Amino acid sequence: MTKKGKLALYWAASCGGCEIAVLGIDDKILKVAEAFDIVFWPCVMDGKVRSIEKMEDKSIDLCLFNGAIRTSEQEYMARLLRQKSKVLVAFGSCAHEGCIPGLGNVASREEIFQTAYHDTPSTDNPEGIRPQPETEVDEGILYLPIFYDTVKTLDQCVEVEYYLPGCPPEPERIWDAIVAILEGKLPAPGSVIGAETTVCDECPRKREEKRIKEFKRTWEIIPDPEICLLEQGLVCCGIATRAGCGALCPTVGSPCIGCYGPNEGVEDFGARMMTALASVIDSEDPEEIDRIIREGIPDPIGTFYRFSLAASQLRRTALTTGGEDQAAASA
Amino acid sequence: MAEERFEPKIVAFLCNWCSYRAADLAGTARIKYQPNVRMIRVMCSGRVDPTFVLKALSLGADGVMIAGCHPGECHYLEQNYKAMRRFSMLRHSLRALGIEDERVRLQWASAAEGVQLAKAINEMVDQVRALGPLNWPSNWSEDVDAAIERIAEEHTEAMEVPA
Repeated sequence: MTKKGKLALYWAASCGGCEIAVLGIDDKILKVAEAFDIVFWPCVMDGKVRSIEKMEDKSIDLCLFNGAIRTSEQEYMARLLRQKSKVLVAFGSCAHEGCIPGLGNVASREEIFQTAYHDTPSTDNPEGIRPQPETEVDEGILYLPIFYDTVKTLDQCVEVEYYLPGCPPEPERIWDAIVAILEGKLPAPGSVIGAETTVCDECPRKREEKRIKEFKRTWEIIPDPEICLLEQGLVCCGIATRAGCGALCPTVGSPCIGCYGPNEGVEDFGARMMTALASVIDSEDPEEIDRIIREGIPDPIGTFYRFSLAASQLRRTALTTGGEDQAAASA
Repeated sequence: MAEERFEPKIVAFLCNWCSYRAADLAGTARIKYQPNVRMIRVMCSGRVDPTFVLKALSLGADGVMIAGCHPGECHYLEQNYKAMRRFSMLRHSLRALGIEDERVRLQWASAAEGVQLAKAINEMVDQVRALGPLNWPSNWSEDVDAAIERIAEEHTEAMEVPA
């Protein structure tokens, strides 16, 4: 390699776990530093957005972007890094499909502000002050980013070349992806860099026949260590989830919650789970079926869309304030 | 001036063996039903993945009907029971997302039940018309371009060094 490439890493609405996962590749990070000049990585090193703004378009060779898009500032950064990067990777579940921040889509901005700035028992806000997009002070106007009603995935804002799934991506998969990028052995743009099988294929548990009369919560049973968790009535998302984690959770007796995102060809993770779970319910009586589902899955969004609500077909719950404009909503 | 009446768009997935034939029968028997339904023939109601329904709603349908053979009469033995369970699962999720029950309907109709299918369609169209448009994509259309442009402007201003 004659010339070093340029690498940028950014985070938007995320927890920081993806940043830790990058460091999880251990001493191989030194090889990354050999191949790339890291031009921007706010979590780890000093850097200025303005210096990115001044760069030539497409002058960053690779940008690993983690985090969902919740505010206008995050969307600005997504657009900026898109403009400056040759290859933009939606890194981790938040950028890929919204993940836990995307679950905010069960509420509106108004509901979230009401809870965060007024209702929580630890809030002391007698004057009912809320953050405003614009505040006038003696020196002029101060701006805050606009907080969106709906969390978006990275590819709902800008074009994305590749996706690296996982909450967070496993270090081995990150390393595989970096090697693929360095060697230029990449799949077609728009692809997920990962396996094309499900967690079940990696899971060591025995699968026989899935017929269940009731769904059980994890605290209700001590699962048999050998048999498929779904056969024991636990809602395990392994059937819809992309492989790549090594089936860590089901191996130790905890059902898969779907952090590695939908498997290849699945358009809507929740719909795939609904289909799969509906197939294993052992009943032909509508009322009994309703009861099994109602009692066994009290929170369908949290169960089926824990990581993918923002990327799902419907993206969010119905907004009662549909269509209201920004100014009115933030006032 | 009289307000224009809202005409809902309803997508219907009809099974090849019973419900699509029921619709055919309604046609040959000249039974009228409201023209708000776009029918899609599938081989079995068990073929209807919840993705189809969610996709239709997310692309602008106001309601979705899934129609198949009566329980116990499925051409493929028991796949309509699968449709029944999926529908129950889907309705449970749609409720949590804030979509009214009337917008997604499971209807059994045998090949002889043209009248019943037409009646069910009319009933559903009326119910959805009363609910009003779903207009789901408006749930996430936010106009924030101006705010994003402002960030760039702010940065440019901040970068100006007085001479």
